[in-house]
Amino acid sequence: MATLDVNEIKKDFPILQSTKDGKRLVYLDSAATSQKPNQVIDAISDYYRTYNANIHRGIYHIAEEATEAYENSKRDVARFVGAESYEEIVYVRNTTEAINLVALSWGEKNIKEGDHILISEMEHHSNLVPWILLTKRKKAKLDYVKVGKDYRLDRQSLSEGLENNPKLLAITHSSNVLGTINDVKEITKEAHKHGTKVLVDGAQSVPHMPVDINDIGCEFYAFSGHKMLGPTGIGVLYGKREELENMPPIIGGGDMIRTVEFYSCTWNDIPWKFEAGTSNIEGGIGMTPAIQYLENLGMKKVFEHEAALTKYAIDELSKISSVETFGPGIDREDHAGVVSFNIKGVHPHDVASIFDNYNVAIRAGHHCAMPLVTQLLGQSAVARMSFYIYNDENDIDKAVEAINEVKRIFKVK
Amino acid sequence: MGLDLYAEDLVANYEHPHNKKSMADSDSHSHEYNTTCGDDITVYIKVKDGKIADVSFDGSGCAISVGTASKLTDAIKGKSVEEIEKLGFDYIVELIGIDPGPARAKCASISLKALKKAVFIYEHKKPDSGTEKL
Repeated sequence: MATLDVNEIKKDFPILQSTKDGKRLVYLDSAATSQKPNQVIDAISDYYRTYNANIHRGIYHIAEEATEAYENSKRDVARFVGAESYEEIVYVRNTTEAINLVALSWGEKNIKEGDHILISEMEHHSNLVPWILLTKRKKAKLDYVKVGKDYRLDRQSLSEGLENNPKLLAITHSSNVLGTINDVKEITKEAHKHGTKVLVDGAQSVPHMPVDINDIGCEFYAFSGHKMLGPTGIGVLYGKREELENMPPIIGGGDMIRTVEFYSCTWNDIPWKFEAGTSNIEGGIGMTPAIQYLENLGMKKVFEHEAALTKYAIDELSKISSVETFGPGIDREDHAGVVSFNIKGVHPHDVASIFDNYNVAIRAGHHCAMPLVTQLLGQSAVARMSFYIYNDENDIDKAVEAINEVKRIFKVK
Repeated sequence: MGLDLYAEDLVANYEHPHNKKSMADSDSHSHEYNTTCGDDITVYIKVKDGKIADVSFDGSGCAISVGTASKLTDAIKGKSVEEIEKLGFDYIVELIGIDPGPARAKCASISLKALKKAVFIYEHKKPDSGTEKL
């Protein structure tokens, strides 16, 4: 299964060399945030040590250097996700802010009373709460595409939802709980037949698989830097040029204007129109080495590596009695590197606490997808392991060891 | 935090909790919900001569929250309402024999918070800031 040389990769991640009580860190929570390689840490440190200056302002060489590094990072992002131009790349704090920007700008302008917005039952709160807020403000209707018993999107339900000709379909590319990968290209095609615009939540897909937004054809695509080896506090809203140009800014201030008079102003070009105030410069600069790192590995290989780990994990977990997993399974290549599970009779928080004693980091809870976890899966919470380029089968073996310890402590058969 | 958090005693209290029932004729009760864990605990009290004559809890949660609720309801029977008002997190640490650490502190203290609020409600008082912070 060695599609990636994990031992070599691990050397680039200082945190993975750390130990606690003599046990190495086994990090299985990359769906929450990824670890950072030296290349990213060094680039940020280098900026502060050698060319820290504000961008778009200074007429001196370090300011020019900082501006160039920041702006070039947008070109890297655009290339990495298949956007036509860096002008379609708006930097925000994270995926959540990207989606909220669409809701507050595009949504405020285009959604009217009685309009429909369609989302799915497998959405993260970040792609759910902004639409609850918007539809309540506008007296619009929020509809849901159902998730089937196979943990996949119910395509029949999608077609029915589209019959209302919703103004927007907002859907995740890859579920952070189930690991289900949605065919967003086909879905976008179907939505466009109804005149429905499409926003894709790519927080769990851009870090883990090849993504070509132009090929998908959606109007908006949102993702976060910190889940793809980059720093926290930097996220991306991709918007098609004509959409961004027609959207009003939602935050006013420096950098987002062209001219200001006492009682009026004109807006800067896209994407700057949406980036008021001093930007997260280190965040933007940190995106470049993160993307280079992933490009050097090759996103197809990254995906194959995680698919193999997921298969191994699901196979190993299926051998353990009283362990239940939640996801579409590995037969159709639509399962990302996320495995949610529960041990019968044991609360997932207790599972995670006992894992912590093995220095194995997993997530437990509702994973910011409360309706999915509590209503569809019928669980108060689930435990989740998620994989990335620095994980290997040994990490999963450690998790299996920890599961057996949980079973011993709670006398689970 | 070590595996000591999952001492046999606490796990036994989770698997076979004591005083776990709702109480229709309680003098006061209070419900607490922990949004991160989903721990959901209601504590019921009966008061006689200023003392806890009976106490029970109901709900669901992790081993730390349910195990602690079981031990707490055992331990505080007969205490005066004034004594309950003064109890803090250190009482929980003493009860379960370990500091559960920041990640699980809310699980360990949820039943004490519900208990103290039930007592404050009984006395027609506003819960103090120490109780709210539990």
